[in-house]
Amino acid sequence: MFDFGIVTNWIDSWLESVMPQWAATTIECVLVGVALLLVYALLALFYILYERKLCAWFQCRLGPNRVGPWGLLQVFADMFKILIKELIAIKGTDKFLFALAPYLVIIASMLVFVNLPWGNGLQLADLNIGVFFMIAASSIGVLGILLAGWASNSKYTLIGAMRSGAQMISYELSIGLSILTIVLLSGTMSVSEIVALQANGGWFLFRGHIPAVIAFVIYLIAATAETNRGPFDLPEAEHELTAGYHTEYSGIHFGFFYLAEYLNLFIVSGIASLLFLGGWQPFNIAGLDMFNEVMNYIPSIVWFLLKAFFISFVIIWFKWSFPRVRIDQMLALEWKYLMPIGLFNLVLMALVVVLGWHF
Amino acid sequence: MTNIQDKIGKICPSAQFEEGDILLVIVPDTDWHSLALALRDDADLHFDYLSALIGMDWKDSMGCIYYLNNTATQEMISVKVITTDRENPMLHSVSDIWKVAIFQEREVFDMYGIKFINHPDMRRMFLRNDWVGYPLRKDYDANPELNPIRLTDEENEDDTFSIVEDEKGNIKEVKSKVFGDEEYIVNIGPQHPSTHGVMRFRTSVDGETVKKVDVVSGYIHRGIEKMCESMSYPQTLMFPDRMDYMSAHQNRHCLCMCIEKALGIEVPRRAQVIRVMMDELMRISSHLLSYGCTTMDMGATTAFFYGFREREKVLDIFDKTCGARMSLHYNVIGGVCADLHPDFAKDVKELCKILPSRLKEYHKLYTGNVIAQNRMKKVGVLSHEDAVNYAITGPSGRASGFSCDCRKKHPYSIYNELDFEEVIDNEAHGDSFTRYLLRLKEIEQSVKILEQLVDNIPEGEICAKVPKLIKLPAGHWYQQVEASRGTFGVYIESIGEKTPFRMHFQSPCFNLVGVMDLCCRNHMIADLITIGATLDFVIPDIDR
Repeated sequence: MFDFGIVTNWIDSWLESVMPQWAATTIECVLVGVALLLVYALLALFYILYERKLCAWFQCRLGPNRVGPWGLLQVFADMFKILIKELIAIKGTDKFLFALAPYLVIIASMLVFVNLPWGNGLQLADLNIGVFFMIAASSIGVLGILLAGWASNSKYTLIGAMRSGAQMISYELSIGLSILTIVLLSGTMSVSEIVALQANGGWFLFRGHIPAVIAFVIYLIAATAETNRGPFDLPEAEHELTAGYHTEYSGIHFGFFYLAEYLNLFIVSGIASLLFLGGWQPFNIAGLDMFNEVMNYIPSIVWFLLKAFFISFVIIWFKWSFPRVRIDQMLALEWKYLMPIGLFNLVLMALVVVLGWHF
Repeated sequence: MTNIQDKIGKICPSAQFEEGDILLVIVPDTDWHSLALALRDDADLHFDYLSALIGMDWKDSMGCIYYLNNTATQEMISVKVITTDRENPMLHSVSDIWKVAIFQEREVFDMYGIKFINHPDMRRMFLRNDWVGYPLRKDYDANPELNPIRLTDEENEDDTFSIVEDEKGNIKEVKSKVFGDEEYIVNIGPQHPSTHGVMRFRTSVDGETVKKVDVVSGYIHRGIEKMCESMSYPQTLMFPDRMDYMSAHQNRHCLCMCIEKALGIEVPRRAQVIRVMMDELMRISSHLLSYGCTTMDMGATTAFFYGFREREKVLDIFDKTCGARMSLHYNVIGGVCADLHPDFAKDVKELCKILPSRLKEYHKLYTGNVIAQNRMKKVGVLSHEDAVNYAITGPSGRASGFSCDCRKKHPYSIYNELDFEEVIDNEAHGDSFTRYLLRLKEIEQSVKILEQLVDNIPEGEICAKVPKLIKLPAGHWYQQVEASRGTFGVYIESIGEKTPFRMHFQSPCFNLVGVMDLCCRNHMIADLITIGATLDFVIPDIDR
C-alpha cells in the first residue's frame, strides 16, 4: 500500500532545507490546521447530505433534489444560510458561558481528529496512548452540552442538559469497557500499532471472535448513545423538549452543535473501524492472492472512509427505524445490561488472550 | 320510558316531564344534586355516562341541559336545570358525580357566567381572565371597546376559586392555588411540536416525573357556537369541518342529520350510502394520521411517513369527489352536494386491497418493536370506570373496555344494516399500547364496511328536495354520531327562526383532554407526550 508518510516526510525535509526548523514547524502546524478544518467542514457537509438521502430512502421519499444534481449543493446552501443568520441574544442568559458552550463541543470533536488513522502514514500525531487520548478528548463534549443547557436559562434546555449529562457519563463506561477489551487483545494503546496488528485481513472483529463481537455490539449501542442520536436522542428529544439543550441557540452557534453532532458520528464510526475493522487496512482473505491484490490496490484512505461510512450507515439506520427510549429505560439499559455484560466480556477477553484462543 | 318517568317522579316529586324522542326532565336546582346521585347510582336507572352538558340562556332564565346515558341499556334522558337569577346565577355542580363535568361546567361558566356550587376549580376554560362579559348570554355586549385586542400577555392564573356550600346551605367563595410556590412548572406548549396544535399543558415536574398537569386551553377558540347563532342553517354547516378536521365528514354528517331530523327530511338511499362510505374513509384517514403522529411523537419518524403514504390515497379519493383534501364541505342538508367521481369505486377498491398488507407493515415496523412496546405498555392507564366517568368515547374509551360505539349503540343512517364489529378491548387494559393498537384494528373494520358498500351503491338522487329557506320549527334536537375520536353530538334549539337559537357541539376531544392530568400523574415527561398522542385529541375540536 502507498505510504502517505513519504509525502509528509518529503514536505517536512523540503521545508527544513529552505528555512530554520522553528519556521518549518510553524508552517506545518498552520498547514495541518487548515487541512483539518477543511476536512472537518467537508465531512460535515457530506454527512448532512448522506443522512438526508438515506433517511429519505428509508421513508419512501426522494430527499433533497432541487439544488444541484441529486441535491448535492443543498448542503452548501444550508451551511451558507446558517452562516449568515443572526445570533439572537436572549435575555437572562449567562452570555459568556452561552457563547462558550458550542466551541467546547466542537473543540472536543476536533481534538479526536488528531488521532484518527486516515490512511497509511496519514496521521497527525501518533501518540503512544492514542486510544486513551481519544476517550479523554471526546469526553469534553458533554461539558459543552451541560453548559449550553445551563447558560440558556430555560427549562427545556436544562432538562435536556441533565438528560445529556446522565446519558453521556453512563454510556462512556460502556464505550471505555469495549475499547479496553480491544486494547487487551492488541496489547497497545498506540493507534498506528493497533492498525498494523490488523494487517492481512486480521481484523480484530474476526481475530478476537466472541468477546470482540460482543464488544463491537456494545460499542455500537453505546456510540449511538454517546453521539445523542436516535433512539438515544433524549437530550434533544424534539417531541418532548422541542430541541433540548440547544433550543435557545441560533445561527452559527446552533450550526456548531449541528456540525459537532455529525462529526461525532464520523468519529465514533472511525474509532469503530480502527478498533474492530482494521482501520485503513484493506479487506484481505488469506489464500486468495488475486482478490487481495485488487483490494490492496484501493488507497488506504478510501478504505478508512468506506468503513467509517458503513458504520455510520448502521447508526443512521438505527435512528430512522427505532422510536426514542425513555430516560429511565435508557439508564436501565446501560447500568443493568450493557455495563455488566461489558465487564464480563473484559474478563472473557482476558481469558482468551491468556489462553491464546484468539487467532 | 314511563318506567323511568315513574321512578324519577318517586325520587324527586318536584320533577316535571316533557315527552319527546328523548325524555326531558325539568328539575329545580335544589333537588338536582340528590337526583343526579340517584340517577347514577340507582341499579335500574344507572345513568353513568354524561354524554352532553349544554349551557343555555332562555332570556328570562338560564340553566343547563344534561344528556344522560345508561351504558348497559343505552337509554337516554335529558335533564333541564334552571336558575332565574341573572345577576349571580348559580347551579349545583355534578362534577363529583360525573367527572367529565369538571371541564364541561368550566366551559359553561366561561360562556354564561353560571357558577357551579362545589365545583373544585371555577376558572375560565377558553377565554382570557380579563375578558369582560359572558359571550353566549343573550344580553352579551359585543362592543369591541369592552374587549379590545389585548397587547399584554395574559397573567398566569395560579389562583382559582370555588363556591362551597356547607351543611346548613350557606354559600361562600373559597380561594385556592393551582400550583404551590415550590413547584417546578414546565410549559408544554402552546408552541410545542407534540401538542398537535396550540395547546398548553402547565406541567409540574419533579425531575422527570410529572406531578400535575393543568390544561390551559382556548388558544384557537373561535366562538363557533356564538357565530352559529347569527347564521342561517346552511351557513352553519361550514363549522363542523373546522372543529375536528380529521372527522370532517362525520361531524358534518351529524349536523346535517340533526337539521334533517328537525325538518323531517328523508335522505335518499344513495346519499346515505355515500355518506357512510365517506365517514369510514375519513375514519381510516384519521386513524392513519393518528398512527403516524403517535409514532413520530415517540421519535420514530419513518413510521410517520408510512402512515402518511396511505393517508394520501384516502385524501386523493376525497380530492376527486369533494374537490378538497381538508375542510371537505361535502354533506349538505338533505344529502350530499356532488355526485361521486367516476373513479370513486375503483379507488376505494384499490385502497381496500392495499390496506391490510400495509397494516401488516406497520406492525412489523413499529408495533412489534421492543422500544415501542416498553414506551406504551402500562403507560397512561385509564380504567373502565374512569373512562365512563370522564365520558371518554371513541377508540380511547373502547381501549378501556367502555363499549361506546354510536354506530352500534345508537345506530344512525344505514349502520344497522352493515356487518362490522365494535373493536373493543374486553380486558380493559386502557393503556397507551391498547389505544394505539385499537385504532389500527378499527381501520380493518372500516375497510370491511367499505368493501360491503363499494359494489352496492344504489342509483338515484344524491340530495332530497329541501326548501330554499330553511326554518326549523320551535323545539330542540340532539343527534350523535361516531366521529373518528369518539361520540360527537349536536344540540340545536330553535324558536322557529332561520337562525338557531342555540347550537352546541359536544366534542369528544374536550373530554379526552380532561383526563390528561389523571393519566399523566407520576409518569415521565416523555410519557405525557405518548399519552397525549394515543388519546389523540385535535385542538380545534377542544376549543371550538
